Amino acid sequence: MNTFALIVPWMVFLPLIGMLINLVYGKQMGERAVGIVASAAVGVPFLIALGLIITLSQTNFAPVIVNPPLLDGWISIPSAAIEIPWQFRVDTLSVTMMLVITGVGFLIHIYSIGYMHNDERYPRFFVYLNLFIAFMLVLVTANNYLMMFVGWEGVGLCSFLLIGFWFDRKHGEGWRNSNAARKAFIVNRVGDFGFMLAIMLTFWTFGTLDYTKPNEAPIVAAAAASDTSAAPISLFNSSTTPIVKPIAGKGVFGQTEQWLNDGTPHSVRFGATDVPLTSVLTLITLLMVIGVVGKSAQIPLFTWLPDAMAGPTPVSALIHAATMVTAGIYLITRSNVLFHAAPITSALVTIIGAATAAYAGYIAIGQWDIKKVLAYSTVSQLGFMVAAAGIGAYTVAFFHLVTHAFFKGLLFLGAGSVIHGMEHGHHALTHAAHDDTGAHGSTGTEGDHGTSLHASSEADSGSHSDVEHGAAEHTSEGATGAHGVSNTPIPEERATEEAFDPQDMRNMGGLRRKMPVTYWTYLIGTLALSGIFPFAGFWSKDDILGSTFRAGVISGRFEGYIAFGLLLLAAFFTAFYMWRQIRYVFLGSTRTAAAEHAGESSAWMTVPLIVLAVLATVGGLFNLPAVFANPGANIQPELLTRWLGQTVTYVPESQFNVVLAIVALAVALGGILIANYVYGRANPLTKRGNDPLVARVETRQVFNLANAKLYADEIYDRLIVQPFVRTSRWLSNFVDRQIIDRGFMGIAGIVRWSGQRLSGVQTGYVRTYTFTMLIGVVVVLIIILFPLLRLLAGG
Amino acid sequence: MQPSPVPIEYFVILSAVLFVMGVLGVLVRRNAIMIFMSVELMLNAANLSLVAFARQWGEVNGQLFVFFVMTVAAAEVAVGLALIVAIFRSKKSIDIDELNSMQG
Repeated sequence: MNTFALIVPWMVFLPLIGMLINLVYGKQMGERAVGIVASAAVGVPFLIALGLIITLSQTNFAPVIVNPPLLDGWISIPSAAIEIPWQFRVDTLSVTMMLVITGVGFLIHIYSIGYMHNDERYPRFFVYLNLFIAFMLVLVTANNYLMMFVGWEGVGLCSFLLIGFWFDRKHGEGWRNSNAARKAFIVNRVGDFGFMLAIMLTFWTFGTLDYTKPNEAPIVAAAAASDTSAAPISLFNSSTTPIVKPIAGKGVFGQTEQWLNDGTPHSVRFGATDVPLTSVLTLITLLMVIGVVGKSAQIPLFTWLPDAMAGPTPVSALIHAATMVTAGIYLITRSNVLFHAAPITSALVTIIGAATAAYAGYIAIGQWDIKKVLAYSTVSQLGFMVAAAGIGAYTVAFFHLVTHAFFKGLLFLGAGSVIHGMEHGHHALTHAAHDDTGAHGSTGTEGDHGTSLHASSEADSGSHSDVEHGAAEHTSEGATGAHGVSNTPIPEERATEEAFDPQDMRNMGGLRRKMPVTYWTYLIGTLALSGIFPFAGFWSKDDILGSTFRAGVISGRFEGYIAFGLLLLAAFFTAFYMWRQIRYVFLGSTRTAAAEHAGESSAWMTVPLIVLAVLATVGGLFNLPAVFANPGANIQPELLTRWLGQTVTYVPESQFNVVLAIVALAVALGGILIANYVYGRANPLTKRGNDPLVARVETRQVFNLANAKLYADEIYDRLIVQPFVRTSRWLSNFVDRQIIDRGFMGIAGIVRWSGQRLSGVQTGYVRTYTFTMLIGVVVVLIIILFPLLRLLAGG
Repeated sequence: MQPSPVPIEYFVILSAVLFVMGVLGVLVRRNAIMIFMSVELMLNAANLSLVAFARQWGEVNGQLFVFFVMTVAAAEVAVGLALIVAIFRSKKSIDIDELNSMQG
């Protein structure tokens, strides 16, 4: 038996302990100690996860369900047969996620020691980070949906705390950060609502929320296609089909398999009506998809992710690239049995994913902020994963999740390094120029920026009563102390740190020579993301494209065609905008003096970059197609697929299609080459500081629409946010203040008035009182003697 | 004890008349001591009625109850007169029409 797996509750406890230590003693310990404690609190779980891999392989990959110490039953109402225990689950799927979370998390903790240096709330940052890791581990080690939901909500909370970490910045920037945090939380909540409904529906249908119960037989994929694909989707059914009843010893997935492969269609009883089981499963998965769309930033709930770049860059790397946003993919993969039984939902998921991939990829072309490009890139790559999960290739989506964690984490950390370098360059300049009384060297080129959408920050400081912003403010979510540049010429006195945005790519250029380590690792990340052979992204992206191609062309599913086309387009966009970014940031000549004075970051920051770069290079080895493998030289094929296949029930068989691989490679290389052609000069910007795409009439709208994010935020603002705000204002000012408050004050007024009138009864004269008493006595006597009086009167 | 030769109605009427006179006294009089005397009158009217009926039905309960009434009346007078003295000390008057500061 796998007794080492019993240590898994410690994986959650250790980050919590680290968090508590930093919370209580953080200020006294000093920066170095806080960082080490927090990193150790994540590093030790990483070692535990490595140990879990070894022990799992030795025990035939059998999943282990671990009860935590001291907690006997979490939600337990025996009389209503409700039993939802707090149990941890160790199987290949959760261990994979654990490794990604703790591994990348550990590197990001190390990075943060350097990045958050001299921040005034340094311990608090690591407290939140550790809390996040703890919640995320709860999410992936959960054995039932409710526990996963606890982790789901918890990471949403930590995301809120971390995005709004710099809520106390001045000049309206703190407001921007906290608005972004609130937006993330609220949009996530919409998704959580769907997930909650899915959980309730699952519980109603199956009587349990556990994935599998302890000692349950492993779930085998149905040999023949179950009757789901042929079942008509009707909402109501004559109740001649047998009713689904909860099976005692089986979890959700086991029960699903049993009911579906019984030979007869079943129905679920909802009080008066019976609904076919397939419809119920479709509904459950649809509601789960709402949760996925919220958490993993798909259309239409993706708008929070670009705004989340207001948080510190390690947060963007950890939460919004590697871990939290992948929780949706994890949910789908974990529920692969349910999704396999709901082809409609899977088709919808595929289309949503592919559409998001193309949509976000297009928007990324027009962004100026270095982190915004990466944010939209993340949304796009999540679209890839979601599309793969929808098409049924769960392990392929997971492979891309793992490689994406590597190279996107790398890219974000690299961007943070660049931002740090730019800030240092700017500070060095302003401090040097403070000796002069005149102009600063760094502001010389900033007046050139023409059609910038960066709104002036002074206008919106302090006036934030809305939940979300309008258009322009979103593009200038600078997290590190600077604001965007306005259209008007900058007067001398504003040419201080306020007007300089270290995240704006137009201020960069030529950083290749200033920050070589950052450059080379960023280049590796770019090539990996674009899908260039032999980096990690090539293998995972090619797997996804292959799956959609097979589903479309070979299996004839229409969503495969759509997905393949959109994903190929998104791959082209990816290569294009990433190479555009490389040209703007690293190549060419430096465009501002701040870039001229930028320097390489400290070792705390560059070492994790190097580690991640190595992983991004060799990550493809995790899941090599059989063609490339060489078991003799110990290069195993399809490692990850076989590893995950121990847990994921429905694993597609994958054949490596050389033609497809070459097509994908050609698309990516084409994107890079075209980007090189467009942006290939020493200074890609036009004379007026615009993107070269704007200079040509044919491509001008292409760029402008992308820059305006296709007006997604503006559309939401008009359609949803403003009506909501107006309604709530009306309810508050009119209904609450005028009607309800007046009503209650009116009642109080009536009581007061009647009290005043009635107090006139108290005349203070004893005679009045005695007279009243007499009247009362007479009345009572009459009432008592009433029958007698009637008798006397009648008789 | 044989029933009384005087018919019971006379006693009852007398008791009622005394009681009404007491009530009128309480309502009309302004002097607090006079009001107390009227209250005593009402009590005694009740006593008379009790004793009369006790004699008629041959029960001793009525007469026993009169003892209680008298005791209570005595206690009440004691307390009441103490109150009147206290009021007089502060207000220098026991005219009840002037004792209306609990108004409102």
